Amino acid sequence: MNTYFHSVTLDTEKCKGCTNCIKRCPVEAIRVRDGKAVIVEERCIDCGECIRECPNHAKVAVTDTLEKLSEYYYNIALPAPSFFGQFKEQVNIEDVLAAFAGIGFDEVFEVALAAEIVGHAVHEYLAQYKGKRPVFSSACPAVLRLMQIKYPELLEQVAPFLTPMEVAARLAKEDAARRIGVPIEEIGAFFISPCPAKVTEMRNPMTTKDSAVNGVIGVNLIYKDIIKHLGDRNLSGATENLQRATRLGMAWGYITGESHNIAAATTLAVSGIHNVISLLEEIERGELKDVDFVELQACTGGCVGGPLNIQNLFVGRIRLRDLIKRFGGRERYFTEEELSGICRDNRFVATEPIEPRAIMTLDEDVSRALMKMERLDQITNELPGLDCGACGSPNCRALAEDIIRGIAYESDCVIKLREKVKILAEEILDLARIIPPSMSDGSKKNEPGNDQR
Amino acid sequence: MVDSLTYTPQITLEFEIGEKDFFVAGECASRVKKTLQQIGLKQDVIKRIAIIIYEAAMNVAIHATSGKVTVHVDPDGITITTQDIGAGIEDIDLAMKEGYSTATYEIREMGFGAGMGLSNIKQCSDNFYLESKVRVGTKLEAKVFFKDQKKAGEDT
Repeated sequence: MNTYFHSVTLDTEKCKGCTNCIKRCPVEAIRVRDGKAVIVEERCIDCGECIRECPNHAKVAVTDTLEKLSEYYYNIALPAPSFFGQFKEQVNIEDVLAAFAGIGFDEVFEVALAAEIVGHAVHEYLAQYKGKRPVFSSACPAVLRLMQIKYPELLEQVAPFLTPMEVAARLAKEDAARRIGVPIEEIGAFFISPCPAKVTEMRNPMTTKDSAVNGVIGVNLIYKDIIKHLGDRNLSGATENLQRATRLGMAWGYITGESHNIAAATTLAVSGIHNVISLLEEIERGELKDVDFVELQACTGGCVGGPLNIQNLFVGRIRLRDLIKRFGGRERYFTEEELSGICRDNRFVATEPIEPRAIMTLDEDVSRALMKMERLDQITNELPGLDCGACGSPNCRALAEDIIRGIAYESDCVIKLREKVKILAEEILDLARIIPPSMSDGSKKNEPGNDQR
Repeated sequence: MVDSLTYTPQITLEFEIGEKDFFVAGECASRVKKTLQQIGLKQDVIKRIAIIIYEAAMNVAIHATSGKVTVHVDPDGITITTQDIGAGIEDIDLAMKEGYSTATYEIREMGFGAGMGLSNIKQCSDNFYLESKVRVGTKLEAKVFFKDQKKAGEDT
């Protein structure tokens, strides 16, 4: 496997070395060293919690920019379903879709439409599924990366399908290549993303060898430009209808939308990475076997809560719902037979298994790992248990782990250090009290006669 | 294995469980699971152990007035012991039967006490021992060996 790329990175200029992010990170992937946060690359799942949490906005998501469009002859924008919730009430879908032409795209393809295909595929898959339940959604890459690290044995229960982003890129490029007669390599497909995890997913895809997505551009980077071009459609008097997705796919923008689309008998939808963790703990213990499908989203509220979005997640959600009410009721673009046909071809089935990543292990050898664990417990017990984070590790246990791994010292703990200083101070005081015999008033104690006895 | 030293690394985790303390059971299982992941055990072994701990701790929470779960890990395997003060089990053979339960209606309403716990624990363990005295308490011991072939009798 090539080196693990990450979208979430640190703006060292802005980082004040506080401990907010290390305490919030669900996989304990951040440490503060030399006054700056450091992301432990192999642990980070790109969930974006630290981006939300950082009071200094020092955590940033690196995404592609519009400049990358120049590398291709023909460019297609793939806006995420949640994108449409970022605008004011009176905006309509056609205006938003048409605005992409204004910022340099030749075409726009709604990821919501691809979501409907994935939804149908998962629906059919569940109808014949005989394996362990519940089946998990494969749509949120941050959740899948969390499972790789912390819940590896649940990976086999992930629905084996590509993400709507990936499906959208493939469909859009094939279709455009056919229509305009340009080779696929010269067509660029750019996902307009609410989250950093999709950037990582494009670079290191989990369920396919190579991603058809050519770039992932953060919503935050193009939002202002899109706003400027919202009126373009009215000016040019275009009558062409660009919208093809219905409420089924559009609702994937917030939590529960996917479950509705998949329409299994029993579904459960959970959002927010910390909530996802508590649910997965439960499922790992063997609970919830009566549930058919579990939709998990790392961001609270689902993709509308993505850290690169502009609107507050609740505002985004209500705006998207409003749009769905106004424009979601149209007839489906693909007929039921067409959808079943696509599923029968297995075109969008995952081709790669999602592999576990055992990065929590202390040592490859069980005996040695046990020895380290013994020492780890010992150190943890000696630490104050304040979990203050002043040492730069998220809690006392994590510091003990870092000590075992050789990347920290016990004296990094301020309380421990204070204890040591106290002992030292007392010793100094004791030493100061000792007066050499030559100077002391030792007439009684140190009589020469006593000494020589 | 540890080389010439006679020292064997081992760790012990203990959890106190009070009456109707259902949440502690899950917490025990998660804590032990995390520890075992760090030790680098295989997923299926960890899963079996987590089920044993969860079910055993649940039994204490449901049926006893107080009790303790002790988890002991050494390079050969893991021993899970629960010892409780409480009602005890009248008929162990009957209690081992799938679906047999003496849990109250309220507890069943909460989704616990389905009568699968003990048989589940037995299925997941390589060694299983249960001892009980009515109105005194129950002791359960379950072992899981890390080497698949190693069954009862072969160790030591």
